[in-house]
Amino acid sequence: MTKVSITVDGVLHESEVEPRTLLVHYLREQVGKVGTVVGCDTSSCGACTILLDGRSAKSCSVLAVQADGSSVTTIEGLAGDEWHPVQAAFKECHGLQCGYCTPGMVLSAVDLLSENPNPTEAEIREGLEGNLCRCTGYHNIVKSVALAAETMKGGK
Amino acid sequence: MTELAEHVAAIGRPLKRKEDARLLTGKTQWTDNIQLAGALHMAILRSPMGHAKITKLDVSGALKYPGVEAAYGADELGDLNASVPCVWPVTDDMVAPDFPALAKGEVRHMGDCVALVLAGTAAQAADALEGIVVEYSSLPAVIDMDDAIKDGSPLVHSDKGTNKCYTYKLQPQGDGAYEAAKAKADIVVKRRFVNQRLIPAFMEPRAVVASPMGTSGELTIWSATQVPHVLRVLLALVTGVSENKLRVVAPDVGGGFGGKLQCYREEILCVALANKLGRPIKWTETRSEDMMATHHGRDQLQDIEIAATKDGKLLGLKVDLIANMGAYLQIITPGIPLLGMFMYPAIYKMDAYDFSCIGVFTNTTPTDAYRGAGRPESTYAIERIMDELANELGMEPMELRKKNWIKHEEFPYTTVAGLTYDSGNYEAATDKAMALFKYDELRAEQVKRRASGDKVQLGIGISTFTEMCGLAPSRTLGALKYVAGGWEHCTIRVLPTGKVELVTGTSPHGQGHETAWSQIASDTLGIPVDDIEVIHGDTRTSPYGMDTYGSRSLAVGGQAILRAGEKVVEKARLIAAHQLECSANDLEFDNGVFRVKGDPSKEKAIQAVAFEAFSAHDLPDGLEPTLQAESTVDPQDFSYPHGTHLCAMEVDTETGKSTIRSYVCVDDIGIQINPLIVEGQVHGGLAQGIAQALYEGAVYDSDGQLLTASFADYLVPSAPDLPSFVTDHTVTPSTTNPLGTKGVGEAGAIASTPAVINAIVDALRPYGVNDVPMPALPMTVWRTLNAARQGGK
Repeated sequence: MTKVSITVDGVLHESEVEPRTLLVHYLREQVGKVGTVVGCDTSSCGACTILLDGRSAKSCSVLAVQADGSSVTTIEGLAGDEWHPVQAAFKECHGLQCGYCTPGMVLSAVDLLSENPNPTEAEIREGLEGNLCRCTGYHNIVKSVALAAETMKGGK
Repeated sequence: MTELAEHVAAIGRPLKRKEDARLLTGKTQWTDNIQLAGALHMAILRSPMGHAKITKLDVSGALKYPGVEAAYGADELGDLNASVPCVWPVTDDMVAPDFPALAKGEVRHMGDCVALVLAGTAAQAADALEGIVVEYSSLPAVIDMDDAIKDGSPLVHSDKGTNKCYTYKLQPQGDGAYEAAKAKADIVVKRRFVNQRLIPAFMEPRAVVASPMGTSGELTIWSATQVPHVLRVLLALVTGVSENKLRVVAPDVGGGFGGKLQCYREEILCVALANKLGRPIKWTETRSEDMMATHHGRDQLQDIEIAATKDGKLLGLKVDLIANMGAYLQIITPGIPLLGMFMYPAIYKMDAYDFSCIGVFTNTTPTDAYRGAGRPESTYAIERIMDELANELGMEPMELRKKNWIKHEEFPYTTVAGLTYDSGNYEAATDKAMALFKYDELRAEQVKRRASGDKVQLGIGISTFTEMCGLAPSRTLGALKYVAGGWEHCTIRVLPTGKVELVTGTSPHGQGHETAWSQIASDTLGIPVDDIEVIHGDTRTSPYGMDTYGSRSLAVGGQAILRAGEKVVEKARLIAAHQLECSANDLEFDNGVFRVKGDPSKEKAIQAVAFEAFSAHDLPDGLEPTLQAESTVDPQDFSYPHGTHLCAMEVDTETGKSTIRSYVCVDDIGIQINPLIVEGQVHGGLAQGIAQALYEGAVYDSDGQLLTASFADYLVPSAPDLPSFVTDHTVTPSTTNPLGTKGVGEAGAIASTPAVINAIVDALRPYGVNDVPMPALPMTVWRTLNAARQGGK
């Protein structure tokens, strides 16, 4: 077992982990952050995406020990007093159906917009390539991200 | 009393979804989130072989691993090794092999369950699978359906002596009618289409937790299922646990698309073991397990022949299917082709129809329902061959369709397959779609590109589809030998404070029932949407239901909501009349308020009536307290959504790459409850249908190795692989249900596949291409084009 100190959604957690433990399993099983989900075993689907020190990462492709000393934001810690504009836009544009891909999709979109605040439709699609959704056909997800970009430009 | 908000008409408004708050903040209740004290985690050892004898199985080695409490093969499991049920024996002589939860001596597809381990954590259970000693002696596998029905083929079930599961025939006009129609024909076009195997690939992997709860031997089963009610009945039947001791809960469920319409062996094993050991048992599949052990969809060989006059009037249609059952039968495996059987004639008038289907066993994962279930296959075949017929006749493909479709003034219309379509307006949907698509301009551009020999050719694909929804009238299901009924249930309770509990038997997994059902009840009761709580997916709190599949939830379940709401209002009216001292007939009910006709100052809100019904101090004599009602509705008939889908495809003749330039669809699903949700359903369906055309296909090698057993190998499209869509609608209400709704869950998936392939073929027609296999990946298109250029076909 290895000791790790990881700040998750603003709270410092000091835990013992098996060295082989994936960050996503650490988050779900040891910290109880079950809002972050597992969708595949090949790092293909992006359902487990979190922000690792502010940048999006698939938490199935990071070991918990690699995240030692880092700060993780999950979907459960994204909102402050109000929802993040990306969350609000997903609701407004019906950018989710079953919601399983949604935590990862939202956090990928947050990272995408921090890199490129004015994305074109093609740039949004390319930016979300690592996140699979089986319900929406991406149409309303793309609209959601475009709306969030507009909202965030407005200084929100 | 609480201050009550006023009711605003809700049906037809694009309300934002109630569900989204928890889904967008990570507060969702997925089955895998459930952690119970003392739970044992199950891991399953699966066959790496397509077909083999198990010559040795020793699970004892697993017991030496840390945390392991038990390990089972079929021998150890003994009587607990129940069989997976099939509830649709389509013919009296159907071959139905035993499908034990753990294989008994022989494995018949990659992913077949061989043994299992129970341990303290999921990781410990997975580790301990290494300790199981298993030896296989490989048997010849049969994968190809044509091969499977040849004499001398290796047999999937040697004790059955055949790979044929059943042969089904439908000749509504009698034997020989098609041949007679064909004899009058000037032209007969015959094709074989391959409707390839797909994997549902819902995003939330399957998961089950079964736990003894309470003191009376009850078992609670949480499962990522579409069908908690159906599942409870089947688990009781196959495990022997008394039905009234079983509670099945479908918490938040992350997609299904038919793939979670099942009674899976893993569900059976969790229940049997939790019941035996008195401990919670939990299992969550990996994605690779999902790809090989969740049932697959489609996989039909379609020999289709259409006969017509030289001016394009259809005379008859003959369809001979070979449908892949896979290695075993699951819940409705054999019935899937029959759901398509009635729909091959689609929207077209003709004199004779002849259908046959052979179901065959192969050493592959069992097939079953996948979005559309039989109807995408039929729609693909008919819409493809309509284009082929138009080409051979030298007719514009839309003109051929117009010449043969049922005209709007001809409804209700009984088709050659024997169904009576209640309503539709194919002309209106098509006119709207063609205008949005700029059909004539695109055709003109196509002519120019062909003339200039542009290396990127333009193709236009048409699909004027209809589907059969609202499954289903119970008597019809009985006539088709399906074991269960097709009704749906709703209970509505107006609580003393005026808030409403709506208990539905439908079981959503992404469709937004909590929002849409609130809208229906809101307008019926005159109570605001936000005051209505929709309760679903738990056999304790919603004891009756037939669940969610086949675009049935609104078309059937919506009727139960409406009727239960009407009953509540009828009862409230009696109480209001009593208290306002008038006759019930003298009351009008508007926006949640009863008013005395002619004296509108005398009024009583339905919420106030609910309190009176609760206090019961002053009710009419003989009327029972509480304001609630239930309704179980058996639908009068199916509903028939339709639409016109148009795809403009640019095909690079040098690389074979197909790029959708525009996709327009105009769907007629009758009355829409929530247009926002409707649009989302169409988008998602389009993505899955387009994915069948362009990207997805489950592939086995000749030994039965599934080569597409992960998301790294099976191409579920991501955002850059799809375009934005232009969606619109016409509204022709259904006349078979009082809401006038038809169903929308499968429309996009059914309609889009032939539109896309028709577009690619249309682009390449000048090169002699008359078909393109699915998925039309660039390499496949390029090879097809080159073969045609070299005069291959």
